[in-house]
Amino acid sequence: MASIKISSVRKVYPGNVEAISDLNLDISDGELVVLVGPSGCGKSTLLRMIAGLESITAGEVRIGDKVVNKLEPAERDIAMVFQNYALYPHMSVRQNLEYGLKNRRTPKAEIEQRVNEAARILEITRFLDRKPRQLSGGQRQRVAMGRAIVRQPKAFLFDEPLSNLDAKLRGQMRIEIKRLQRSLKTTSVYVTHDQLEAMTLADRLVVMNAGRIEQVGKPVDLFERPASLFVAGFIGSPPMNIFELATLRQLPGTTLPASIPAKADLVGIRPEALRLEEPAEPFIALEGTVELIEPVGGESHVYVNLNGIETLATVVVQGRLAEGEGSHIKLFMPASALHSFVSETGQRVE
Amino acid sequence: MQTKRSIFTNRWLPYVLLAPQLIITLIFFIWPASQAVTSSFERQDPFGFRTTFVWFENYTRVLSDPSYANALWNTAVFAFGVVAVSMGFALLLAVCVDRAIRTARLYTTLLVWPYAVAPVVAGVLWWFLFNPTIGLLPYILEGFGYDWNHRVSGGQAMALIVIASAWKQISYNFLFFVAGLQSVPASLSEAASIDGAGPFKRFWTIIFPLLSPTTFFLMIININYVMFESFGTIDATTSGGPGQSTTTLVYKVYVDGVAGLNIGSSSAQSVLLMGIVIFLTFIQFRYVERRVNY
Repeated sequence: MASIKISSVRKVYPGNVEAISDLNLDISDGELVVLVGPSGCGKSTLLRMIAGLESITAGEVRIGDKVVNKLEPAERDIAMVFQNYALYPHMSVRQNLEYGLKNRRTPKAEIEQRVNEAARILEITRFLDRKPRQLSGGQRQRVAMGRAIVRQPKAFLFDEPLSNLDAKLRGQMRIEIKRLQRSLKTTSVYVTHDQLEAMTLADRLVVMNAGRIEQVGKPVDLFERPASLFVAGFIGSPPMNIFELATLRQLPGTTLPASIPAKADLVGIRPEALRLEEPAEPFIALEGTVELIEPVGGESHVYVNLNGIETLATVVVQGRLAEGEGSHIKLFMPASALHSFVSETGQRVE
Repeated sequence: MQTKRSIFTNRWLPYVLLAPQLIITLIFFIWPASQAVTSSFERQDPFGFRTTFVWFENYTRVLSDPSYANALWNTAVFAFGVVAVSMGFALLLAVCVDRAIRTARLYTTLLVWPYAVAPVVAGVLWWFLFNPTIGLLPYILEGFGYDWNHRVSGGQAMALIVIASAWKQISYNFLFFVAGLQSVPASLSEAASIDGAGPFKRFWTIIFPLLSPTTFFLMIININYVMFESFGTIDATTSGGPGQSTTTLVYKVYVDGVAGLNIGSSSAQSVLLMGIVIFLTFIQFRYVERRVNY
């Protein structure tokens, strides 16, 4: 087990394409850090640089107290779970688990004991003598996890490990990964583009965009206080509603709450924070017609065509909305639920 | 799995479309093959006036002939040499090209060229290169104090036909190995490198086993190539010599039948050759394929 320290790391691909620019990140011992961002944001590249599968153009990666820039993947003592599992198809599950230990000349008895232990934890003992192709997606995923944990490495690296599973299994495996990581307390870096996965798994969440870190923090903090428009839009589902203050000012009979900073020209509000009844605090009122209602189990997503505003507003309503599609509706934005941004820099202002 | 099926309303169209292929197969394969089988049971008098049906006499004679045993041995050595050299080199080249990123396509194109060369032309080419009087390679070898003369040395003659035949086949094997290597996901190799396997270990424990379907297929194709198509190369380089040291089964069929005009014996040999190839292929499918992974 070890911490991972990434200092001023850059990655430039041939043709001067900068995938990662001057990135700093400290991951402490035993922590599960999730890297999340849209495709092409550099999150997988960063993970592969930690693993040693991708060279580091500039900067320094430390695992424990050792600089690993020049080390082969095998010498970094990490384990990786791949998106397509990357199980060796010609080997049985047992051989798959043994492979890394055998390469490291672990004594036979210890290999046996560790493999059996890992198989027991992941409940794959029954499949030990099968070939990967005889397993279902979820079972393969477990074997891939098993191959990582038998090695008892300093760190686990996960590269979108659940994206090939169906939604139900994904939810299940997500919980198992979290439980496993908690009990093993192994430092983990987990890459995903799924923000739900990111929110639920992470001790600390790293939102990346265009090769840079947008914000690092606890998932709840990122949700409640997004540092930029990008994070505000990326974290949370459905995404935050963003309105131009200039447009809101022109709405008839609207006074903006005094709590909005003078520098701000955009405000955002979570779909869950929009009210149907007048709140006790200062607010901005909106009017519009219900365009579409999506019933999503216990709650409903309501899309409202607001008067005087071009974009549709999204409202999350608990249970069912009394009004039907096409009916007139009033919405209230409580001042305390507003997030203010400057459009030019994309940053949050208080 | 659903298959695409075209339905012809015209009854004769399918037959017309099939006809060219069927006619070619009939005239150039089935007919001569059946003639070979018939004449392998017959003996012609020296002037070709009379043919007598002799049952298996041609076969017994061939099988008890020491020169046939010699040809059989030569074929075994030749086949082993060509398969080993052509597949070994092809795999090596394919691995190198697979590692090259930018110029992989250029290399692939260039490396495929020899396949377009006719066997006889390949033979003549190597005949020139290895010509003891005017050839480049014997000249170079002489510089190292090695005396090359395949007109005298049977072993060198065998080496020559192995090189010439293998050279041509490398391109073909190379193409299949490149395709095979590209179908092995990169993540497997990456996973193995994280699992602590060095480049050689990765190749032998992960990539090579996954290539085994390709290797198996190529082995059958190469043995067939050695058995039948090597005739042109041998004829152009050594003509079976010196002293029958490079006379393989297929070359002996030619020598006895076309040069020696012993049609009966030649036909019997060709039928035996066919039998040997069928037997080898059967053995390979039966025993080797079982060990072919995934």
